[in-house]
Amino acid sequence: MTITSQPDAGGHFGPYGGRFVPEVLMAPLEELEHAYAEARKDPAFHAELASLMKNYAGRPTALWRARRLSEHLGGADIYIKREDLLHTGAHKINNCLGQILLAKRMGKTRVIAETGAGQHGVATATVCALFGLDCTVYMGEEDMRRQRLNVFRMRLLGAKVVGVTYGSRTLKDAISEAMRDWVTNIEHTHYLLGSALGAHPYPLMVRDFHSVIGIEARAQMLEAAGRLPDTVIACVGGGSNAIGMFHAFVGDAGVALIGVEAGGRNLTLGEHAARFAGGSPGVLQGCYSYVLQNADGQIALTHSISAGLDYAMIGPEHANLADLGRASYVNCSDADALNAAMMLSRMEGIIPALESSHAVAEAIRRAPSEKGKVILVNLSGRGDKDIDIYRENLKELDGQ
Amino acid sequence: MANSRIARRFAELRAKNEPALVAYVTAGDPTLDATVGIVAALERGGADVIELGVPFSDPIADGPVIMKGAERALAAGASLRGVLDCAARIRAVSDIPILLFSYLNPLMRYGFAKLAADAHAAGVDGVLMTDVSVEEAEPYVASMRDAGLDTVFLAAPTSTPERLALVGRFSSGFVYLVSRTGVTGVRDQVSSQALPLVERMREHTSLPLAVGFGIAKAADAEAVGRLADGVVVGSAFVKLIEAHAGTPELEPRIEALARELKNGAMRSRMTAQA
Ligand SMILES: Cc1ncc(COP(=O)(O)O)c(C=O)c1O
Repeated sequence: MTITSQPDAGGHFGPYGGRFVPEVLMAPLEELEHAYAEARKDPAFHAELASLMKNYAGRPTALWRARRLSEHLGGADIYIKREDLLHTGAHKINNCLGQILLAKRMGKTRVIAETGAGQHGVATATVCALFGLDCTVYMGEEDMRRQRLNVFRMRLLGAKVVGVTYGSRTLKDAISEAMRDWVTNIEHTHYLLGSALGAHPYPLMVRDFHSVIGIEARAQMLEAAGRLPDTVIACVGGGSNAIGMFHAFVGDAGVALIGVEAGGRNLTLGEHAARFAGGSPGVLQGCYSYVLQNADGQIALTHSISAGLDYAMIGPEHANLADLGRASYVNCSDADALNAAMMLSRMEGIIPALESSHAVAEAIRRAPSEKGKVILVNLSGRGDKDIDIYRENLKELDGQ
Repeated sequence: MANSRIARRFAELRAKNEPALVAYVTAGDPTLDATVGIVAALERGGADVIELGVPFSDPIADGPVIMKGAERALAAGASLRGVLDCAARIRAVSDIPILLFSYLNPLMRYGFAKLAADAHAAGVDGVLMTDVSVEEAEPYVASMRDAGLDTVFLAAPTSTPERLALVGRFSSGFVYLVSRTGVTGVRDQVSSQALPLVERMREHTSLPLAVGFGIAKAADAEAVGRLADGVVVGSAFVKLIEAHAGTPELEPRIEALARELKNGAMRSRMTAQA
């Protein structure tokens, strides 16, 4: 079976994706689609992006062989792709650099974004500071509380952070609010969406800007281990770090692709964000994909200890890869993610973001029974932003 | 649908040189029972067509007023089945055309074919979905038309001529023109984007054109009545519901606002004739 990673003209990956937005937004989406199609063909665009990725963001990122962790688990050989080492501390900057160049090409003077964990908001505020564009970031109040450090970072970078006070007060509501802003200010404003989600062309464009992760990692694996990994693991919120990692490996039939969703407290609707475990196809915020919803088609509330995975829908290309059986999706509980973060910190000296800890947890779970195999984990971000949550949950380490 | 209740109502009004008052309320806000009374009050005040909003958890095209209305309706337990039952109760006592106004997901979840049959049985006349673009419309339009329901689409100031042509082709009953780039909500004046849009849309369809988004006062209705066949008002009614739900004042106030708006719209034709 050959799997095409190119959506159709309407932005469909298999049946998923598309463009489900109010009529007013069709024009700016078409404008963006055309601008991106032009940029894609323009060597100057690629050159400028490559230069920023290298000199500003710090690419290529390292591939680290996690020897102590692998030996401790006594099975598979684990390699870690260090997206946490990028400027601003997570993979999100890859997409932001690509989109800010597009915003400039389109002559936009104002940028808006949503953020969950705050990493995308920080990356957006960063590129806006770099290019001198006005920046507003929408963030659910619950997320502002649990990712306080990032709220301040955004403000320090000159962005306006607007709290969203309704719904679940998390990522989903921040996206809705950003869409309302966009619909009102389309002329001068670019919506810098932060995951492989939403209406076409976002899932395609965001994937492309992150595909550098998998391209580098694939070459680095061949160089370091002389072979491709047996299994590639990434956490999946909307799906950007995972699809960026998977993209280069989709054609390698022997490489298993595993996405890890947030299993939250348990798998009762409202207590997790595992769309493949508890969801069904539906439409939310411009896109047709797997979504957590109730019997009346109302979008369900979600929970995850990690703000970045706490979202009701998964990106459309993941839905298609799952249907085709090319990627599989598992979930990891809050507790297992915390344990994985602790283990990676102690064994490798790397404090991961809580989102990324979900991917690490899956590697830890599989490694003992996969002796002789090679596992590649995408470490999408570093854990500084999560220190408060680690402190709250690892009380035995705190205090005198 | 050439002979639908919506088409007939617009034709009657056109014959009388009257603009239509199209009134939006979110069904189930504050309760489905209350909606039946609110719609009766709208009709007494002069509303010609009712847009019955299906509450949705994530209404990306709505401003705070209608968003809160949807939250109240969902908190009170409104479901799509409940909204259809509510429509049937309205239909039992009134001949006013009813258009379901919804986001896609609740209808998709219910199933288009089942929805079309059940909506028709409940006396609903048409469906409008805010987040279904003409590109994605075919399967849904076919199901609705098969059941004899009108499909109304939105046109916006940002729509290209190609898109306006498709909006005209997929719409029946009337076309809903979004008067401004923005979300629903009460504004100070009618957008200057409205007139050019009416003129551009006229080139693509002979269907009646109704203009909405931001219209709240008699003077706005009069301004829109000069341009278009219908005036759509939503947030102004939902605001009254927010302020007076559960009190005996609600229905009289709704009726009075509808009358004021309808009279405002009518004035547009008097001055036009003078
Ligand atoms: C470090 C990190 N990893 C992963 C995610 C999840 O997003 P995605 O699934 O788009 O990679 C986030 C989102 O905020 C994040 O900050």
